[in-house]
Amino acid sequence: MALKNYGDLNDMQLDALREIGNIGSGNAASSISLMLNRQVDIAVPVVRILDYQEVVENLGGPEQLLIGLLLSLQGQVTGMIMFLLHKDFAHLALNTLIGAEFDETSPLDEMGQSVIQEIGNIMAASYVNAIASLTGLEITISVPELCVDMAGAILSVPAIYYANISDKIIYIEDEFGHAEKRAASHILLIPEVDSLQKIMTSLGLDV
Amino acid sequence: MNRTITVGISDLNVAKDGDVLVTYALGSCVGICLYDPIMKVAGLSHIMLPSSQGFPAGSQPHKFADTAIGILVRQMEQLGARQGRMKAKIAGGAQMFAGINNSSLANIGQRNVQAVKAELARLNIPIVAEDTGKNYGRTQFFHSVDGGMRIKSANRGEWMY
Repeated sequence: MALKNYGDLNDMQLDALREIGNIGSGNAASSISLMLNRQVDIAVPVVRILDYQEVVENLGGPEQLLIGLLLSLQGQVTGMIMFLLHKDFAHLALNTLIGAEFDETSPLDEMGQSVIQEIGNIMAASYVNAIASLTGLEITISVPELCVDMAGAILSVPAIYYANISDKIIYIEDEFGHAEKRAASHILLIPEVDSLQKIMTSLGLDV
Repeated sequence: MNRTITVGISDLNVAKDGDVLVTYALGSCVGICLYDPIMKVAGLSHIMLPSSQGFPAGSQPHKFADTAIGILVRQMEQLGARQGRMKAKIAGGAQMFAGINNSSLANIGQRNVQAVKAELARLNIPIVAEDTGKNYGRTQFFHSVDGGMRIKSANRGEWMY
């Protein structure tokens, strides 16, 4: 049976997505450790299939200020990947990397934005490489687009994109940290349904 | 004590007697406020997409500009409003990410605003205030006491219309 929307995924297929999440998060932790030049560990990521509305609530409600990064997936898998970072994550990264303070009232300056975009790039590559290494599919990613705004407004973009596909979203929650601090990041994986089908076929999980 | 009635994404609702309608964090979606000043009946619709065409029959009609606004008008009429007296105030339709060129997302905010304007023109409802486009999210409040629309942004302030 061909997948029609994300709600059709069975337990085996969800497990495969969790495994992609695990490997991707592991890759991301190593890359970010390198970038920040200190050990960053990562808790086992939580992978869930959620409604748009549940994602918004999970992130702290529609008016929660977030940093959103959006990249498009090209090649044999098409779609989008979105990162949502709370300010504490940006704090952790910016303070460590460039010694800048990013607080609630001040907008991200150009340097801060470019650092966050670079982190988005590294993280997206980590997940995409996880999918590519497990499936053998070729995938490339675009330059990340950045937006600092209300959670609901940022999420309206994937919600609209998803409206053609499904009301469900593949949602991965990661908790990064080092000795003193922990910060959460949230990843929305948005392959087109036929790309998701391709991933499952490559993994031998066609039903 | 006036109530505040929340309108979710792809949702709509009506209010009177001083109650306030609110929809949070419009991004590329558009919030349409309709008001009958004689009966002081207010309505708010939060649409996500311009057109229901190409979607399976039975899709949620509150999601689309071409189907939601007519439903809102009928619900307001049930509270005594008249379509001929209604005025519209609209907000949203932002482009949240500058460089997205995916076909289903290209200029989606702008296309939503255009579809809303076309539908309001078809229903002969004039637009008296508009805060649309640009690149930031908006929370929209609509007061049934006087038809005032308040727009709140995350880091650019607030405006009354």
